[in-house]
Amino acid sequence: MAKFTLPANSKIKSGRHFPAPDGATRTKTFKIYRYDPDSGDNPRTDTYEVDLDSCGPMVLDALIKIKNEIDPTLTFRRSCREGICGSCAMNIGDKLGGTNTLACTKAIEDFEGEVRIYPLPHMPVVKDLVPDLTHFYAQYASIEPWIKTDTPAPTRERRQSKEDRAKLDGLYECILCACCSTSCPSYWWNGDRYLGPAILLQAYRWLVDSRDEATGDRLDALEDPFKLYRCHTIMNCANTCPKGLNPGQAIAETKKMMLERQL
Amino acid sequence: MPIDTQGRPLSPHLQVYRPQLTSMLSIAHRGTGVVNALGSIGLVCWLLAAAQGPEAYAQVQAFWASLVGQLLLFGWSFSLFYHLCNGIRHLIWDSGRALEIDSVYRGGVVMLAAAAALTLLVWLTVWF
Repeated sequence: MAKFTLPANSKIKSGRHFPAPDGATRTKTFKIYRYDPDSGDNPRTDTYEVDLDSCGPMVLDALIKIKNEIDPTLTFRRSCREGICGSCAMNIGDKLGGTNTLACTKAIEDFEGEVRIYPLPHMPVVKDLVPDLTHFYAQYASIEPWIKTDTPAPTRERRQSKEDRAKLDGLYECILCACCSTSCPSYWWNGDRYLGPAILLQAYRWLVDSRDEATGDRLDALEDPFKLYRCHTIMNCANTCPKGLNPGQAIAETKKMMLERQL
Repeated sequence: MPIDTQGRPLSPHLQVYRPQLTSMLSIAHRGTGVVNALGSIGLVCWLLAAAQGPEAYAQVQAFWASLVGQLLLFGWSFSLFYHLCNGIRHLIWDSGRALEIDSVYRGGVVMLAAAAALTLLVWLTVWF
């Protein structure tokens, strides 16, 4: 059921303020969501003033600078710093609110005033900017994201025409960062049973793969009031995808496949 | 010490997510659906009054002619046209078309303009 407000233990309190170092001329304010599981306190937002003259250009550079030089307790996931691992997915914005994206590919200068950073929306928080993705990964496993065949394995690769290979463009690039799923109001309210845009894009990636022979079984598994059909074409997913992919379109194509096989 | 996974807070969602044209038009579609259902009660009142006789009918007619009645009718007519136009947009999407983000935005603006134009057209014929 949709619950539009935050539970009592999740209400955000105001936190500490870390002023800019003396002599800093070009500063930027970062307001960052903090939650410490050991304290038992509610989440809060801490404010950090960062000297941009000694900081890299991306939001992730600022987070790393804060952790290294201002507050080592700040916790976030990061790895590749070039938009391919999906670890640093978070909600980044300004006074008007944020959208989900990768901190490593989002420039600080894209924001006018202060930068506000929250974990991916409507997720259980492990600590600070680290959401619990257990359920998301379990949903990914549930669509059985591997090739399934009945025909005997050939002596060499399973071959694919250039046209069939092209059908995977716009799908295989997904890095499973969960930006789209956690931008989707339908996933917010029904994420326990609705698979969400990221997982459905992956499901479609196997449905259109010419080498896969389990298309019928895969469609059967999605024939459910919640798993697929909670997509109401809101399209926040495609709007926020840091890789420029379109899960909404993949879902529409999946719904078409569902219909076409009944004709 | 075991890790407490049950007491974890929920990260903010509506509170922090920047309103998108995509999601705002979507929730408005649902909202206008509710308004249309409520508006149909007004239609039923009007039909019931007509069935009851000239006196009751005149009373209901007088209400619809009042400023409040006219404002309600104006709102309901826009709600109806919004739901109709956006419904057509949904049908186009269901055929797998116009789902690229720039098409979604363009379609949204066209839909709003069409709903506004149809509403004005109806009211121009009422007033003139």
